[in-house]
Amino acid sequence: MESALKSTPLTGLLAATLAALLLGGCGKNDGAASDDHLVKIGSVAPLTGPQAHLGKDNENGARLAADEINAAGLTLGGKKMRIDLLAEDDQADPKTAATVAQKLVDSGIAGVIGHLNSGATIPASTIYHNAGIPQISPSATAIAYTAQGYNTAFRVMTNDEQQGHVLGQYAVNKLGTKKIAIIDDRTAYGQGLADEFAKAVKAAGAQVVGREYTTDKSTDFMAILTSIKSRVPDLVFFGGMDPQAGPMARQMKQLGLSAQLLGGDGMQTPEFIKLAGADSDGAIASNPGLTLESMPGGKAFKDKFSARFGQIQNYAPYAYDAVYVMVEAMRRADSADPAKYLAELGKTDYQGVTGRIRFDNKGDISGGAVTLYQVRSGAWKPMETIHSSN
Amino acid sequence: MDIFVQQLINGLVLGSVYALVALGYTMVYGILELINFAHGEVTMIGAMVALTVISALVGVNVDLPGVVIALFGLLAAIPACMALGFGIERLAYRPLRHAPRLAPLITAIGVSIVLQNLAMIIWGRQYISFPPILPQGRHVLFGATITDVQIVILMTSIGLMLLLTLLVKRSRLGRAMRATAQSPQIAGLMGVNINAVISLTFVIGSALAAVAGVMVSAYYGLAHYYMGFLLGLKAFSAAVLGGIGNLAGAVLGGLLLGVIESLGAGYIGDFTGGFLGSHYQDVFAFFVLILVLLFRPSGLLGERVGERA
Repeated sequence: MESALKSTPLTGLLAATLAALLLGGCGKNDGAASDDHLVKIGSVAPLTGPQAHLGKDNENGARLAADEINAAGLTLGGKKMRIDLLAEDDQADPKTAATVAQKLVDSGIAGVIGHLNSGATIPASTIYHNAGIPQISPSATAIAYTAQGYNTAFRVMTNDEQQGHVLGQYAVNKLGTKKIAIIDDRTAYGQGLADEFAKAVKAAGAQVVGREYTTDKSTDFMAILTSIKSRVPDLVFFGGMDPQAGPMARQMKQLGLSAQLLGGDGMQTPEFIKLAGADSDGAIASNPGLTLESMPGGKAFKDKFSARFGQIQNYAPYAYDAVYVMVEAMRRADSADPAKYLAELGKTDYQGVTGRIRFDNKGDISGGAVTLYQVRSGAWKPMETIHSSN
Repeated sequence: MDIFVQQLINGLVLGSVYALVALGYTMVYGILELINFAHGEVTMIGAMVALTVISALVGVNVDLPGVVIALFGLLAAIPACMALGFGIERLAYRPLRHAPRLAPLITAIGVSIVLQNLAMIIWGRQYISFPPILPQGRHVLFGATITDVQIVILMTSIGLMLLLTLLVKRSRLGRAMRATAQSPQIAGLMGVNINAVISLTFVIGSALAAVAGVMVSAYYGLAHYYMGFLLGLKAFSAAVLGGIGNLAGAVLGGLLLGVIESLGAGYIGDFTGGFLGSHYQDVFAFFVLILVLLFRPSGLLGERVGERA
């Protein structure tokens, strides 16, 4: 009895592995005519661990695009092109990301869609760059990714610099605030976002009346909030994550500091509302990208995607567009050779599901979108989407 | 002026929590000359246990006032922490009582790491929020605001400190504790049950830590498996600042540290013309600590004692 119980999961696992191997083998070979021009494209995201749902979503988005392109029968150099999408798991871990990137480079890929997290994307980008392989990340937002000077690094998602810029303009021009206090948590993300925000605020003609700092482990902000209160700001901006933003919103109310609280995507989470409770009401925060409803091809994409994979998690439309952007560049260069189509990739002007995609000289998306949300009766409600001017 | 009063209130509330935790450090040090680095984690466990009970009660929609629910959480946390404190002493420190001084110090750090990871396994890595059940009243005092929760924290801390002082100075147990602190061997020869006294010291310190943990999580609205580390470090510094081993010193040190931190964070930017920002608040607090120790190595109220033979 006991041994039977013990062996069941193991047998199951073995069977599942075997089945996966067999199916995987079939999927790769069936229907591949020998005279097709096979183009290997990597798709990397965390497929295991706490972010596995987001990673699989990216892979599904890329797979949908790849299958559509294969069905449409594009020709490259006179031969019918066929995409072989190689999905890899980086576990959202920088070390694994580098290993996986090297594995993909060794297997002769023509390009990469990925990775999902900035922390994994940045170390992997060095490996792709050294091999001359173009990379388009659907979701990494850290400024550092495209600031390394790699001509192979692109992204179709608004970066933190653009986000900070949009937030600054929004605070001054839309909310009409004039005296602004800024707090950041001294992390690369928080500080980067706050610095960009400060620049935009000053450029728009408002006054930064206080600049305070905390850490990403603090929970007590009474002292800095008191100091801020004495300068009577009409807006408090926080560059940081929800574990700090939550208690901060509560302590603002405790001190009777009635300024508008504004933050970035680190704060635009359900967790923030949970931690701040009723004091979260009215807080505004941004998230890069669009809501699915406001994407030009959002409805059509949603129907296509859900028919095959079910619910969209987050970045699937961006992964989908990234594949099309890459293949379009190949088509214009009439080659899947990275050395030949890389130059075309930089000249991209493509109308995708998520909107118009063009790259600036760093590989960032031009005029990337940022959506602003406000907490109303205990939930984040989208307010409006702004396209950054740079 | 009102800003100064506000910073003072912020500092006193923060400091009274530091003081409560610092008492646990100083009591154990006074008797065993051991720094119980796991004490911060006991505070964290107190907060976690209380939050579990409170969330469960809120979850089943019991028809009770928020304050009563919070009290239930506290009443669950206190015995849990007392048992934990007793267990830590029994398992990790008593077997090493006659070992070289470094050995119990290392086990203390070990226990702290074990408790942290245990809490991470039990309660997860995410922040746990304190349900919004407590009254959110605010009062204006000399132009500064003070909330109901802050008042309760201040009052409870002061009350507990007075109670502890009475216990140590007036009761039979207190006399036994003081005797054990002076010389465990002689106290033992005079008929004091040293093991019981030491166990009770840990149990009382842990009960105070439980109260501190619950108050901190109610004040900031959250608890996390890592919260005990920084709190413990600050409280330990407060105990050293006041003179470790000295009860009044722990209270003074805690309040001072809280106020210094608050005023430091509030004014350091102005004083240095923006050269040093509020992220230097901890640096500022520890700078004061170093300065005090340079001139009074045994702390503000600590007595200069010769090396024990």
